[in-house]
Amino acid sequence: MIANYGYKDGSGEYYISIDTDKCIDCPVGRACLTGCPKGMFETMTDDYDDEVVQIKQSFRRNLAYDCADCKPSSNRPPLPCVVACTPAAIKHSW
Amino acid sequence: MSEQLNTSDKKPEFWRWQENCWADESKDWRSAKAITVGIDVGSVSSQCVVVADGELFAYNSMRTGNNSPDSAKNAFKGVTEKTGLTLNDVHMVVGTGYGRVNVPFSHKAITEIACHARGANYMGGNKVRTILDMGGQDCKAIHCDDKGKVTNFLMNDKCAAGTGRGMEVISDLMQIPIAELGPRSFEVDQEPEAVSSVCVVFAKSEALGLLKAGYTKNKVIAAYCQAMAERVVSLLERIGVEEGFFITGGIAKNPGVVKRIEKLLGIKAMDTKIDSQIAGALGAALFANTLVQKQGPLAPIVA
Repeated sequence: MIANYGYKDGSGEYYISIDTDKCIDCPVGRACLTGCPKGMFETMTDDYDDEVVQIKQSFRRNLAYDCADCKPSSNRPPLPCVVACTPAAIKHSW
Repeated sequence: MSEQLNTSDKKPEFWRWQENCWADESKDWRSAKAITVGIDVGSVSSQCVVVADGELFAYNSMRTGNNSPDSAKNAFKGVTEKTGLTLNDVHMVVGTGYGRVNVPFSHKAITEIACHARGANYMGGNKVRTILDMGGQDCKAIHCDDKGKVTNFLMNDKCAAGTGRGMEVISDLMQIPIAELGPRSFEVDQEPEAVSSVCVVFAKSEALGLLKAGYTKNKVIAAYCQAMAERVVSLLERIGVEEGFFITGGIAKNPGVVKRIEKLLGIKAMDTKIDSQIAGALGAALFANTLVQKQGPLAPIVA
């Protein structure tokens, strides 16, 4: 399942997508949990009883601001969460 | 000349939609081996659905009150009064919706995303692939497989634009019963441009401005329905729309929005004879039925 967390507003679309099929048997021990400097990720048991990662509720409506530190306007480095997730389950829309 | 707004002291509640309680009188729940209940406590409406041996048996759909536990109890009470069923007769209860963790007598809580997909799969059959749930205060685009399992979802819960609450606001503003908004939106000489703002608050002031500029109420409603359709279509386009398109939630009953969504997408929404507003609770009851088959019945939780 691809779970999209975030929102669209007048300034753009801010979604983090997590492909939970790639996330269920994480080979890197949920490195995203510690990879994100703001600790935005957490584990949960989904509706089909699989343990996967999700974005914490408190961050879902503020992604444009909460992710801003990792996204400078120039010379943008690779995103820590994306780097940490070697199965490539995490994608950002912006 | 624009129509005048009613300024009398008595304030009718134009937004108030029809609450429904239904039971299949051709069936007797006493002969069923598994009776499960789904409770969907939404931000605007609450539903209770009873499934007997995996088939829809009864439901109650009503407005959510000022607290989730009472709303859940009242939704169940409506079914109790209609069918004679009590909590002791129920083998499992699953809660869903915004207030799902506050259903005092539920054995499990499942997100409304999974429940709407499961409910839509029952209502529209195994060809349903894309679901648009237009809820009271949020909007969800969901992809599912032939078993109703979610494969992709997207939710907009940051803004009330494109939701049932937005339509209620316009209904009150125009002083037209909410059930009439859809049909009246087609009674225009020429389809107007959508109201430009995506925000309910600004759309309200824009609608007032249009009335002052000489728009008829019908034309303003048409402009609002178009804006709502454009809003949700942009959400749908983000995850893509596949054939087997199904709309759940209260707005599915508004042809003014549904027809405009169909026109923008170039796809016709699937029809159903079942109330689109109960999809979440129906899905929850079906999940409960599956769990009863796997784990056996559970003792009732006395609230």
